[in-house]
Amino acid sequence: MTVNMTKGQAISLQKNDGGSLTSVRMGLGWQAAPRRGLFGSRTREIDLDASAVLFADKQPVDVVFFRHLVSDDGSVRHTGDNLVGGVGQGGDDEAILVDLQRVPVHIDQIVFTVNSFTGQTFQEVQNAFCRLVDETNGQELARYTLAGGGAFTAQIMAKVHRVGQGWSMTAIGTPANGRTFQDLMPAILPVL
Amino acid sequence: MTAELTRGQNHPLPRARLEIRVSAGTPVVAGATLGDENGTIHGVEWVAHPGAPVLPGLEVSRQAAADHRLAVDLDAVPDAVHRVSVLLALPVAGQGPARFGAVAAPFTAVTGLDGEEVASYTLTGLESESAVVALELYRRQGGWKVRAVGQGYAGGLAELLADQRLPEAHQLAGGIHEAVARGLARSVPAPPARTADGDRSRPAAPAHGPDHGTAPQGAIGRVPSASPYDPPAAASGAQPADGQGEHGTQRPYPGGPAGADRPSAPAGGAIDYSHPRRQSAAPPPPPPAAPPAEPGRPARPVAGDATGWSMEERLYNQVWGMFEDLARTTAAYRSAVDFADSRREKELDQVLSDPRSRIGGQGDAAREAARERYEQLVSRAGEVLDRDVAQLLAEAEVVEPALPAAYARWDNPVWHAYRVPMEIPMALRLGDLHLPEADRIRVPMLVRLPLERGLWIDSGRSASSDGAVTDSHEMRRLGLETAVAHAARLLAVYPAGEFTVHVIDPAGAGTQALAPLAQGGVLAAPPARGAAGTADVLGRLTERVDLVQMALRGGAPDALPPGLDTSQQLLIVNDFPHGFDDRAVNQLRYLADEGPAVGVHLMMVADREESAGYGPLLDPLWRSLLRLTPVPDDHLADPWVGHAWTYEPPLVPPGSQVLQQVLAQVAAARISWRR
Repeated sequence: MTVNMTKGQAISLQKNDGGSLTSVRMGLGWQAAPRRGLFGSRTREIDLDASAVLFADKQPVDVVFFRHLVSDDGSVRHTGDNLVGGVGQGGDDEAILVDLQRVPVHIDQIVFTVNSFTGQTFQEVQNAFCRLVDETNGQELARYTLAGGGAFTAQIMAKVHRVGQGWSMTAIGTPANGRTFQDLMPAILPVL
Repeated sequence: MTAELTRGQNHPLPRARLEIRVSAGTPVVAGATLGDENGTIHGVEWVAHPGAPVLPGLEVSRQAAADHRLAVDLDAVPDAVHRVSVLLALPVAGQGPARFGAVAAPFTAVTGLDGEEVASYTLTGLESESAVVALELYRRQGGWKVRAVGQGYAGGLAELLADQRLPEAHQLAGGIHEAVARGLARSVPAPPARTADGDRSRPAAPAHGPDHGTAPQGAIGRVPSASPYDPPAAASGAQPADGQGEHGTQRPYPGGPAGADRPSAPAGGAIDYSHPRRQSAAPPPPPPAAPPAEPGRPARPVAGDATGWSMEERLYNQVWGMFEDLARTTAAYRSAVDFADSRREKELDQVLSDPRSRIGGQGDAAREAARERYEQLVSRAGEVLDRDVAQLLAEAEVVEPALPAAYARWDNPVWHAYRVPMEIPMALRLGDLHLPEADRIRVPMLVRLPLERGLWIDSGRSASSDGAVTDSHEMRRLGLETAVAHAARLLAVYPAGEFTVHVIDPAGAGTQALAPLAQGGVLAAPPARGAAGTADVLGRLTERVDLVQMALRGGAPDALPPGLDTSQQLLIVNDFPHGFDDRAVNQLRYLADEGPAVGVHLMMVADREESAGYGPLLDPLWRSLLRLTPVPDDHLADPWVGHAWTYEPPLVPPGSQVLQQVLAQVAAARISWRR
């Protein structure tokens, strides 16, 4: 069941069979900027960045982003920075993998964000999307279309949080502005 | 609301307790200076830097890092202070960039404790500067403001500090770099990059430069090694199709082992298209498959359960994998305990400040509840840690006996079945590492061969961490014993005649400890004595470095004199600086700097205090060496999280003759090899 989100929509996502998620991936994809200038050298490349912030009781504890690709505890891994985007055909250009069984016991929420590092708003980016996938079976849980999504440079995507013994996920989709996740902290705190 | 400042702009600060965040794509030193109303620094105690990180109202990091958080409490700053200048500098040690023009513009921000940004400033337009005043917090009409300064100094920290009229600017700048370098020298070199499949990042685009580098901040200290005989092609700028160019320092295995390094290999300008480590096209034998796990239990561990082209490489990768796993699971545990601690603190504070809690048993109940919540979280974190440690322990139990001699402890039976090898191994065990949380797991500390850095066996008294009464004489004896064990291991893992050990023992103080080497017939010559002997050995090794360097730079490695010994050389220096004059010290420094690239390595057994008479002259020498201790000591940091690991030297079990037996075989092999 893929949920096509619009901004601001919040849906609680428990796995259909009542089980709990064990491993999720946040994937981010977008189309590279068209070449400009005679030799394509005047292209203003588009760099979107995916980040994950780990919270313990509303306090940020660790962050996984392009300068810190693996959380200290090793449970959250960024597959690496992509500075220019892909062909825009639906593949993930950046991904963050979360092994929910290895997340430290005091971490109770993980928030995923997307930022435009080069400053283009999502209106200027083509074929940009952001999705959350259940890594165990490849099933897409939620998808947002960022392209044409408005004059924002960032979006707080979703959070996974502890529910009882397991985890569940809430899509957030709150637009915001900022270059890296640090700029988003004030916008993240209200959604915790 | 964030104010994005441009150079010279200022902004009021709403709070006194703030954080200053610094993000630079490359490790930088962050510090702060306190100035009076004229901006004058009144002394070294007005400067917060990695060597003296805490001042009233101010705390900076102890190490160079790509990201910093400086804590500031402006209420706690002395009244005489009118300005707090935040400065950034590039570390001078290591291979990093030497000017800010070569790195991405550092980003600085003043934030509240909740992370909310008050003002930010990106330091653009820097060129040849290597130190810069980024921000200035200053008093204005009873409050504080922040100004974006961005004043850079090409002359580095010394010039920056001198500009603020600090009399001891040069000494302090030197001291700061020294403190930073000590931080760097403490780190265990980063492991080889894992297979590149997960790393989809491109080589940094020009717009961002190193700003977007994929190396996490821990990945310092890895120096790409030039193996002794491969530079001819690299020097001439050729070496195209090896497919590793764009990975730079991320080359999975710098200084590839056997095969590629032989003097006979390089052939002028011809390009060798074969992969340096893959001699045959045949796929590697499949790794041992782990038996399927019983349901509900983790898979039974198997030795060699990692990627690699040989069992040796798979074990090497597995050991590094275990090292990382232990570092990370401990990080999770420590983070949870820290959090539980601070939460209990906060809850107890609340109980204290709540007037209702003074009546009846409410306060006690609340305190009890806070304690219980703490215990619960800590015990849950402990359970996870225990589970992981048990799994790693089980893995260690199968891996340890499977290790080849070069990776094994001296008490491993593999040493009793020792045979002189035909090939240089990939790596060498320098000792064991462990953490207090997982005392039963000893991670082998494996470093790649050929050695990329010299070794310094610290025989200083300060080296003993457990407070055991170890006098200096005893420490010196232990130090030399450790050095002998390391040297014997190196001799044993190289094929006959490919490793030569020289010893300088000016006063003959180490005769007894050196006996296994000296009497075993494995040394090139008896230990050198006195000033003349020292000068002779140093002179010969210096000449060798000169010759090989010249030959390599000239692109004619086969033009070396026929009598030249092409094996790797190790020089053990005991009792430094006893018997060393200025000339000898300079030669030693030259060997430390230039030697490793051409196969000449140093092993110093020394107490740094004793050579303090030479002043800062020797500091670069200590920095260039990997410090090891003859007694357990927690001075090594892992490259992922930066825990302090306790290092234990690989000592021969008491009463064991294994060292003598191994050396006897080495000696016999050397004799037959010379024939």
